[in-house]
Amino acid sequence: MGDDIEVMALRGVNVDIFQGEYVAIMGPSGSGKSTMLNLLGCLDRPTAGAYWLGGEDVAKMGDDSLSDVRGRRIGFIFQSYNLIAQLTVLENIQVPLFYQGKSMQESYDRCAELATLVGLGDRLTHRPNQLSGGQQQRVAIARSLVNDPLMILADEPTGNLDSKTGLEVLDLIDDLNDSGKTIVLVTHDNYVAERAHRVIHMKDGLVDRIEVKRAPGEARKKINKRR
Amino acid sequence: MVSYQHFMSTVQLGIKTLLLHKLRSGLTMMGIIFGVCSVIAMLAIGEGASYEAQERIKALGSNNIIVRSVKPPEQDRESNNSSGRSRGIRYGLSYDDTARIYSTIPGVERVLPMRIIREKIRFYEMELPCQVVGTLSFYPDIVSIDLVSGRFISPMDEVYKQNVCVLTTSLAQRLFPYHDPLKQIIKIAGNYYKVVGLVREINTPGDRPQTGETEGETMENNVYIPLATAKSRFGETIIKRTGNTINSETVQVHEIRVQMKDHLFVESADPQIRTLLSRFHKDVDYEITVPLQLLRQAEATKRMFNIVLGSIAAISLLVGGIGIMNIMLANVTERTREIGVRRALGAKKSDITTQFLVETVVLSVGGGLIGVIVGVITPYIVTAMTDMNTIVTFWSVSLAFGISGAVGVVFGIYPANAAASLDPIEALRHE
Repeated sequence: MGDDIEVMALRGVNVDIFQGEYVAIMGPSGSGKSTMLNLLGCLDRPTAGAYWLGGEDVAKMGDDSLSDVRGRRIGFIFQSYNLIAQLTVLENIQVPLFYQGKSMQESYDRCAELATLVGLGDRLTHRPNQLSGGQQQRVAIARSLVNDPLMILADEPTGNLDSKTGLEVLDLIDDLNDSGKTIVLVTHDNYVAERAHRVIHMKDGLVDRIEVKRAPGEARKKINKRR
Repeated sequence: MVSYQHFMSTVQLGIKTLLLHKLRSGLTMMGIIFGVCSVIAMLAIGEGASYEAQERIKALGSNNIIVRSVKPPEQDRESNNSSGRSRGIRYGLSYDDTARIYSTIPGVERVLPMRIIREKIRFYEMELPCQVVGTLSFYPDIVSIDLVSGRFISPMDEVYKQNVCVLTTSLAQRLFPYHDPLKQIIKIAGNYYKVVGLVREINTPGDRPQTGETEGETMENNVYIPLATAKSRFGETIIKRTGNTINSETVQVHEIRVQMKDHLFVESADPQIRTLLSRFHKDVDYEITVPLQLLRQAEATKRMFNIVLGSIAAISLLVGGIGIMNIMLANVTERTREIGVRRALGAKKSDITTQFLVETVVLSVGGGLIGVIVGVITPYIVTAMTDMNTIVTFWSVSLAFGISGAVGVVFGIYPANAAASLDPIEALRHE
């Protein structure tokens, strides 16, 4: 790998995200928002600096500990849902608990409950390819909640959905935030970012500016019109 | 430490994933199925063949040395040249040889001389070919036979040259379909003999202990009479007429069975007997068979056979293993995204390794199980269709099955590690 040119994807980024906050990250491609998300999701470690997550410095952890932190503290929602094709709805929701050593029987009740919460209580035994995009994203949301994470990371959660189902998914995320979950959402869509407390604008590996949309506890602006 | 329940869930998941691509999994298993099946079936056939051979040799007695009279080849040619005339040849072992072996070879327990004459046995109008064996009372101690009824030839019969005989059960059944054979009078070559006993040969069919001039004859037509009776009734010269040629053969003793005190003496006695006989015989008109050596040879052959079969099995299982590895590598590439998702959701590298290793082992062990079933059935089909004897041994089944499991682990480690070492970010981005 000696020929690789070292690229500084992020330089001198200093961000605090508070518990219960809804933060959107925006920026053009190449601005470093994916790297930011990978770091926040403990998928990658910074070459220098620190990342404190719930009182632990994640930057110095080994691979297995990172896996453990991901499994216990972070919920992921991806643009392309990323459900496991050979598993049923219920089993997909069970995956994070499985890697924490919980048996299928132990986690059944909680996972069924979460499936009901996202409105898929009657589809537990369906496979992802039998569901619509919106339904698949709901399963992914249920999966991101199952380990009761400190923070939910959503990477363009509405990118693959039509605007109507996209709004439904965003409403669901709003509900999660209202119930106290910390949300970090990456998007390039201003309407999506409107729902957040703060928007972090990134540019060339730096935080360009932080825009405050509303104070904590303040009701979000209702934006339900078409993009 | 992963719990048992957790591990079972992984196995369940593996089976489920494999069932998703039934054809692919089935074809991948084929290599292992055929490998395991062929190992078990071939070893069963090999085992059966060598078992038969060994039983036959054991029946000859591992403490015994068999010395037989054979017609020397030079004399054979001479007698053919002088057609149209009568001529006599004299060859083979003598009573002196018997006495010499008994008195000079160390470790000899007993020496049994025998005369073996092909004749016809008659009971009223029933006539059957038979083989008259002139022998002594301790014959049953040297050759494995069972006394079914009556008695064997006694020392008194020998002393008084009694006209008594002992028949084999198979000959008796054919000669006396409606009578009790005991105490019946039968006729062989103009003399009458009383049947005093019936014996059954323990030897497997196809055994030919009295080869030489009676090649191809089995023991089932044997009629045992006292040696002294055979000497006085048949003499030492046997005259055969073929066309206008009259051949006479003079043989004192057709066969000598030497029983050693212990099998340790057998191998040293073999060259000693050879040396002893070569002093008194101008031509080599005898042959020496040592069942123990035959047994050793049979065992060596079996070992060779097992090594060859083992290599074939190893190669076929290797090919099967490579097939599995190939599919699993393709599988890892195909499921890169899934691996990325699992890693993001908290799976450690070891979890991914375990998952793929379990899948490989399920494939190979599943193939191994089917292979064992097919492999155990195949020898029965072979036995039913041909006359070959087959023996499915426990060790061959466990060996084949064990290797199939090991193949799964060995060929599964590389793909599983390849899967685990994928970078989660790259894997998530993979299309």
